[in-house]
Amino acid sequence: MAQQGPLLSVEHVSKEFYGNIVLHDVCFDLKAGEILGLVGENGAGKTTLMRILFGMPVIAQTGGYKGRVCIDGNEVNFSNPFDALDAGIGMVHQEFSLIPGFTTTENIVLNRESMKPTFLNEVFGDRMSVLDRPDMKKRAESAIAKLGVRLDSDMLISEMPVGHKQFTEIAREINREKTRILVLDEPTAVLTETEAEVLLVALRNLAKQGIAIIFISHRLHEVIQVADRIVVLRDGLAVKDTAVAGVSVRDIASWMVGRSIAAERLDAGEKREFGPEILSVEHLWVDMPGETVRDINFAVKKGEIFGFGGLAGQGKLGIPNGIMGLFPAGGAVKLHGKPVELDEPRKALEMGMAFVSEDRRGVGLLLDESLEWNIAFTAMQIHGQYLKPVLGKLLKIRDEAGMRKLTLEYIGILDIKCTSPSQKAKELSGGNQQKICLAKAFALKPDLLFVSEPTRGIDVGAKKLVLDTLHKYNREYGMTIVMVSSELEELRSICDRIAIVDEGRIAGILAPTADIAEFGLLMSGEKTEAVQGANRG
Amino acid sequence: MDKIKQFVTDFGWPRIIIFLFLLFLFIAAPFVGVRIDASISDVFNRFGQNALFVLAMVPMIQSGCGLNFGLSIGIIAGLIGSTLSVQFGLTGLMGFFGAVALAIPFAVIFGWFYGLLLNKVKGEEMTIAMYVGFAGVMFMCIMWLILPYTNSTMVWGYAGKGLRTTISVEGYYRQVLNDFWAIRIGTDFIFPTGMLLFVVFCAFLMWLFLRTKTGTAMTAVGSNPDFARASGISADRMRTVSVIISTVLGAVGIVVFQQSYGFIQLYTAPLAMPFAAVAAILIGGASVNKATMVNVLVGAFLFQGLLTMTPSVINSALKTDISEVIRIIVSNGIIIYALTRKTKVTK
Repeated sequence: MAQQGPLLSVEHVSKEFYGNIVLHDVCFDLKAGEILGLVGENGAGKTTLMRILFGMPVIAQTGGYKGRVCIDGNEVNFSNPFDALDAGIGMVHQEFSLIPGFTTTENIVLNRESMKPTFLNEVFGDRMSVLDRPDMKKRAESAIAKLGVRLDSDMLISEMPVGHKQFTEIAREINREKTRILVLDEPTAVLTETEAEVLLVALRNLAKQGIAIIFISHRLHEVIQVADRIVVLRDGLAVKDTAVAGVSVRDIASWMVGRSIAAERLDAGEKREFGPEILSVEHLWVDMPGETVRDINFAVKKGEIFGFGGLAGQGKLGIPNGIMGLFPAGGAVKLHGKPVELDEPRKALEMGMAFVSEDRRGVGLLLDESLEWNIAFTAMQIHGQYLKPVLGKLLKIRDEAGMRKLTLEYIGILDIKCTSPSQKAKELSGGNQQKICLAKAFALKPDLLFVSEPTRGIDVGAKKLVLDTLHKYNREYGMTIVMVSSELEELRSICDRIAIVDEGRIAGILAPTADIAEFGLLMSGEKTEAVQGANRG
Repeated sequence: MDKIKQFVTDFGWPRIIIFLFLLFLFIAAPFVGVRIDASISDVFNRFGQNALFVLAMVPMIQSGCGLNFGLSIGIIAGLIGSTLSVQFGLTGLMGFFGAVALAIPFAVIFGWFYGLLLNKVKGEEMTIAMYVGFAGVMFMCIMWLILPYTNSTMVWGYAGKGLRTTISVEGYYRQVLNDFWAIRIGTDFIFPTGMLLFVVFCAFLMWLFLRTKTGTAMTAVGSNPDFARASGISADRMRTVSVIISTVLGAVGIVVFQQSYGFIQLYTAPLAMPFAAVAAILIGGASVNKATMVNVLVGAFLFQGLLTMTPSVINSALKTDISEVIRIIVSNGIIIYALTRKTKVTK
């Protein structure tokens, strides 16, 4: 293991998905026994980088990557994860891939079991060997010992606490004799603090034995604690590659979120005045898979644009979905001082709230129907608009002419590119589909509009138009907007206040002009003093 | 040329081919000794008899419940209504509408339960529906025997109780719709104006319904249930409503069928009826998620046309009687064809 040169070196790696650049000219080295902390926001390119390293087929399927990945100075190009395993790269994924009904030992040595030949081998070959359980146990225990943790080798995975499952995963990777590089993707995300501590100590142990580790985490203090060196990715660029000594959490946070161009406010210097409180939310919980909201308290004033930011999976998306009744929720939500019935989308809409969902194709659109239907449908069902009486007012049927007029109006206002109002929604591009979703919400003439990830997956021009439209409706019609977005810059460009959600709770509420590092710290679950004061409820 | 191309795409090759084949059968008919006027009259008759069953497919397709393979449930409600009408001795138009009126409450109740069940098995509606239909028919096989009907035209002569398998509605409401404004040309051609008007009227009501607020909501539920939910629509309620409407149409459909055919057929007779309706609407160009009135009318006409003409022409050509076999081969073949060609909704 006495390596002089770097064990792994990533040289000028670039990768694009269908013209969308996710990694650009990323370089870093990794020496044996070194722990490298890899940090970055969602979508910064961490996962893609690890996929390249691990030879995931998705990379080759989407056109491969540019640049070189070298191990021991020799270029490698893995076509599948097995090649990567053979080359000595072990990976521990965010989700456990263990067999619940097997013991620790069985999981650790899975598919590499020790075998004992039997007489049947003479006839049928190696497939008739039997398991050498004592040896398997010995190997598993040596892997556990190497990790330096206490783990019962005979315990069933299904009966274990999460921490032990995580250790089992790591033990499985280091059980391979060849493993020299270990990649851990958010290993502490599911662990309690004490469990995480133990894990970090275990990682240091491994590093001492000469295993190089790439540690991906958004808990920055852990990165500082365990890593020797950190690489910060932002928008596909390795913006920082530095030794950890002397670096503070705050520094990393600002590198993570800081953009070279400062956020451009649409209303620089404008004096903002708001009306009375329109929405108040107390102790909101929402059971939305992957976006659990635990305890959210906030209030929005009339005419305000209120932003929710935070990393994926922390619960920011659950907030509008819960208030609009799309997922089971509880707590006290009041609009204009009147309590809102949760779990009942119709009630929420009737009270004057509207929602532009982040799941455009799944929830936002009737893909097989015309634009007229998409835009007018909700207004028809909630307010009874776009219906006309027939058969002597006996019956009301759709007012196709009214729907067309409404659609043409919004096609004009929002500059929707389509062949006609009766074109099917599925035939539009992502950006234009998003505009249809906005038009649908505007057609309801809501007092309060929730927009969730309004610019996800649409191109730059459309992004600007969507944000400008929201800004315009806010300024001209006094529409109160609650906007949820993963893109901090976007929030900073139009919101009046921004709340950062972490682990289902509001970590802090900041002004859009606040220091970028403050946002980064809140996202990483660090509390700052500046925020404690501003944090209400 | 472009217009022709557009028409072909809109109308669909399958329909054009079937239409040409049907045309060929009509042309070939006189050469093998089949009377053309009788044939055309037959096609109209069968179209009228079956069109309402095909129409009954529409609401459930629109609401995303798929093809109503359990239409037998509605047919059973219709049979209860028609036997009650005969039992009460209602005759003429009174008998027909009495049967319809008596059948509808049963259809609504059956449809409601059937709808509740289908809401529990989302994604598997069609398979479940088929077995619900089978089970319902079999259950009624017992009930027809033990229900206390007494009208002597309906019960078994030797025992004095239990309904017969086939009951004539002669003297009750046989042909009341068919004969209404009927046009007779020669001895063999009768155009059943009343029945066709009734069919068109029902189709118009359905057309209108699909344009109401509820009908629009129902279509949206079928197109994207999550969208509908986010717009404040209860998907389950809309689905239940669609199943009830479908079941009611099935009930009315069988009464229309009986008045034209002349007999009430009980016991296992309703088993195969849903399949013909499913085949017809698929031939008409409906997908599993979308159906229009044009699909209904074109489908019912083409399917019934094929079913009338193929056996008689081939029979006469081969000089044997295999019409029933051919009918089964044709109708099931079309169902297989149509189901393999079904188009799915975009997700």
